[in-house]
Amino acid sequence: MATSHAGENYINHEKGLWSWLTTLDHKRIGIMYMISVMAFFFIGGMFALAIRLELFSVGKTIVEAQTYNQMMTFHGTIMVFMVIVPGLPAVFGNFFLPIMIGAKDVAFPRLNLLSWYLLMLGATIAVSSMFFGGVDTGWTFYTPYSIKGSIGVINMTLGAFIMGMSSILTGLNFIVTVHKLRCPGMTMNRIPLFIWALYSTAIIQVLATPVLGITLLLLVAERVLGVGIFDPALGGDPVLYQHFFWFYSHPAVYIMILPALGVVSELITTYSRKTIFGYKAIAYSSIAIAAVSFFVWGHHLFVSGQSEVAGILFSFITMLVGVPTAIKVFNWVATMYRGSIQLKTPMLYAIGFMFVFTIGGVTGIMLATVGMDVHFHDTYFVVAHFHYVMVGGTLFALMGAIFHWLPKMFGKMHNEAMARLSFVFVFIGFNVTFFPQFILGSLGMPRRYFDYLPEYEPLNRISTMGSWVIALGFIVGLITIIHALLKGKQAPDNPWGSTTLEWQTKSPPVFHNFDSTPSVNGGPYEYR
Amino acid sequence: MLSLLLTSLGHASTFMPPQASTIAPAVDRLYAFLLIISVLASILVIAGMLYFIFKYRRKSETEKSAYITHNHLAEFLWSFIPLVLFIVAFVWGWKVYHDLRFAPENAYEIFVRGQQWSWEFEYQNGHKSPAELYVPVGRPVKLLMTSSDVIHSFFIPSFRVKQDVLPGRYSSIWFEVKEPGEYQIFCTEYCGLQHSSMLAKVVAVPQKDFDMWVSGKAVSNLSPEEQGHKTYIARNCNSCHSIDGSAVVGPTFKGNFGLTRQFEDGGSAVVDENYLRESILDSQKHIVKGYTKVMPTYEGVLEDKEVEALIAFIKSLKN
Ligand code: HEC
Ligand SMILES: [Cu+2]
Ligand SMILES: [Cu+2]
Repeated sequence: MATSHAGENYINHEKGLWSWLTTLDHKRIGIMYMISVMAFFFIGGMFALAIRLELFSVGKTIVEAQTYNQMMTFHGTIMVFMVIVPGLPAVFGNFFLPIMIGAKDVAFPRLNLLSWYLLMLGATIAVSSMFFGGVDTGWTFYTPYSIKGSIGVINMTLGAFIMGMSSILTGLNFIVTVHKLRCPGMTMNRIPLFIWALYSTAIIQVLATPVLGITLLLLVAERVLGVGIFDPALGGDPVLYQHFFWFYSHPAVYIMILPALGVVSELITTYSRKTIFGYKAIAYSSIAIAAVSFFVWGHHLFVSGQSEVAGILFSFITMLVGVPTAIKVFNWVATMYRGSIQLKTPMLYAIGFMFVFTIGGVTGIMLATVGMDVHFHDTYFVVAHFHYVMVGGTLFALMGAIFHWLPKMFGKMHNEAMARLSFVFVFIGFNVTFFPQFILGSLGMPRRYFDYLPEYEPLNRISTMGSWVIALGFIVGLITIIHALLKGKQAPDNPWGSTTLEWQTKSPPVFHNFDSTPSVNGGPYEYR
Repeated sequence: MLSLLLTSLGHASTFMPPQASTIAPAVDRLYAFLLIISVLASILVIAGMLYFIFKYRRKSETEKSAYITHNHLAEFLWSFIPLVLFIVAFVWGWKVYHDLRFAPENAYEIFVRGQQWSWEFEYQNGHKSPAELYVPVGRPVKLLMTSSDVIHSFFIPSFRVKQDVLPGRYSSIWFEVKEPGEYQIFCTEYCGLQHSSMLAKVVAVPQKDFDMWVSGKAVSNLSPEEQGHKTYIARNCNSCHSIDGSAVVGPTFKGNFGLTRQFEDGGSAVVDENYLRESILDSQKHIVKGYTKVMPTYEGVLEDKEVEALIAFIKSLKN
């Protein structure tokens, strides 16, 4: 099967639902992830809108406190474990990692399909907790509260555990693929930066996720068998749980953001039509971030009662992560210098990303400053900060990635005006929603509050109205995508004039990715 | 010049609550420093980006770009300058943190107990106060805190202090209040259903008024009904019982005095003083028809004075 018939591609290569559910093709698995993640995003987004609506006014607005607490738990769990963690790596990583290094597939295609099924199984079990009394612990499941409440928390943690397995398998697959399946001439210093980012992410996934698994299993053991691990009533230590949890969850923050940083590198070079500034600095800073991210978890525990020395050490190491992150941002800006910049939708999202990510970054430094964090910890300042990084960061990159790669994945062009309109709504709505939350937090409003003091109402109202604008933006975005799939013009192989390998095959790619194995004799971004 | 800017910003309430403790200005100066650096850095990046977008916008489809892969000086500068700034922030933050954590030797100690979903303060002479933390002005106060159930967190925005409150362990916090007044206390660690109404107030008074109050000699000029209303709020009865006639988690207090209550177990009783007393202290004994067994028992929690005041208050809520 060296060459393929004219017009044949991975979509029409085989037909029928069954051929999708049993496919071993990384591209099809990527598409299946895409559909599932979009569905999860829809559910998580509905919870988000309901949360904001409840907070529109002082007192009860639409639901009771109990329902509110469950909604914020589901919103967090779904968005973290089912949207942001699998989002970029499992959707775009699966689809493009092999193509961008000139491979036919990932190293272990069966394992790849298994990862998707594990995610679905985990998600189903997690969501089933709704029928077991619901879960109202927040996505962090802090003990001893999580040991005392409804048994739904067992389903939820078990679900998260299984989704973690999925994440580990995907990571493993990517690491081996990058090491073993690069095409001739594709040295490590020639792989695209998105691949570097996925590679760093995969390392964290493989090393950190098992800790989450162990922690959640211990929690279940405590709940079901009554072993005293975290519950002080049984001689356990509740703060130990927080250490375990953040030992995974801080690196997980980088599982969520590193792929986004990779996407932005791709977008900036493509739409500036210019070679990336500081390829090695960006590539190695991903690895540096991944490595250091394992030693900063204690910055979530500055007021938990950990010792002063621990607090200071964690503050210091957290500051160090700031440096490689800042380097990346400066490199992107430098890439734009003397480029030939075209403001297509993906570039708009990349610019929007840099705007909000910078704000997310500097507020991260504020939170890392230990004496300052005492005031900000567990207030809306933190909520605003991580939404600037996770939503403004990862989700913007995800949207940029969709519009950048849509022509390649489906062979269809989207309507540019509509796509830009979606960006405008999402960007404005995002800032209107989350910027006021920095002020709310500074003024002392704690997070996870069903109700608040009347003086916080005006800013909460602005924030809620912003959420409607974001929703509008996503609706327009979705319509644009559907419109492109149904009515879009046939996409050329390389509509954006990009230099990376995925643009050298057909749109959509043939079943084996390339008609003949490509070979490479230069860096990924040779725009001359 | 810069220090002048910093102090003036530190004093202005740049989105921060009032500075009511002696340490608040120090925290706010650090905040001002971080804010200024952050704004400058963000402007630098964002303005640079916008300028490049405009200056280097694509003018023709065949346009070529410059081929620049690195520049050692620029790369050194944008690694080194942030590093220096981060280290300054770190050291400054350390200093403030140290001052926040270690109470002066002569601090006056008060015991704090957090529970779902209220705070209680106990003084050295055994005097207890629910939901109101009386403290003397101008004297360092150290709180020794623990929880009887899950983790809570004790936060006073105007003092810039916060500390988790753990079951089975003591943690502490200290502050010195500058001006007499009332200041909000929040619980900031999610602790379940009524987390957002786990509120309390600091009442800062001059030392001699404080001494009077703590010895129990302060004469209350409130009527029993008013006292009961205060307890109703302080003890969080308001999270389950309304006084306007609407049923929330529990029945409303409005006009219930004198009604005949049906119980889940089939019995019934007329709402009188004894019924009210029993319902409050041993609420699990009879469950009013149509409601569930969720009300905590207040035996040993409420003082007799409080129960009497509550009863007087409920009686006063006629239809
Ligand atoms: C967690 C919710 C909750 C809290 C807090 C609560 N209650 Fe109740 N209360 C209930 C429920 C539910 C009932 C009805 C079921 C029952 O009889 O136990 C009830 C019943 C009562 C009754 C009987 C009312 C009647 O009309 O028959 C009285 C009196 C009462 N509560 C007083 C109080 C007081 C005083 C406080 C504060 C110190 C308080 N409750 C706090 C939930 C609560
Ligand atoms: Cu972290
Ligand atoms: Cu609490």
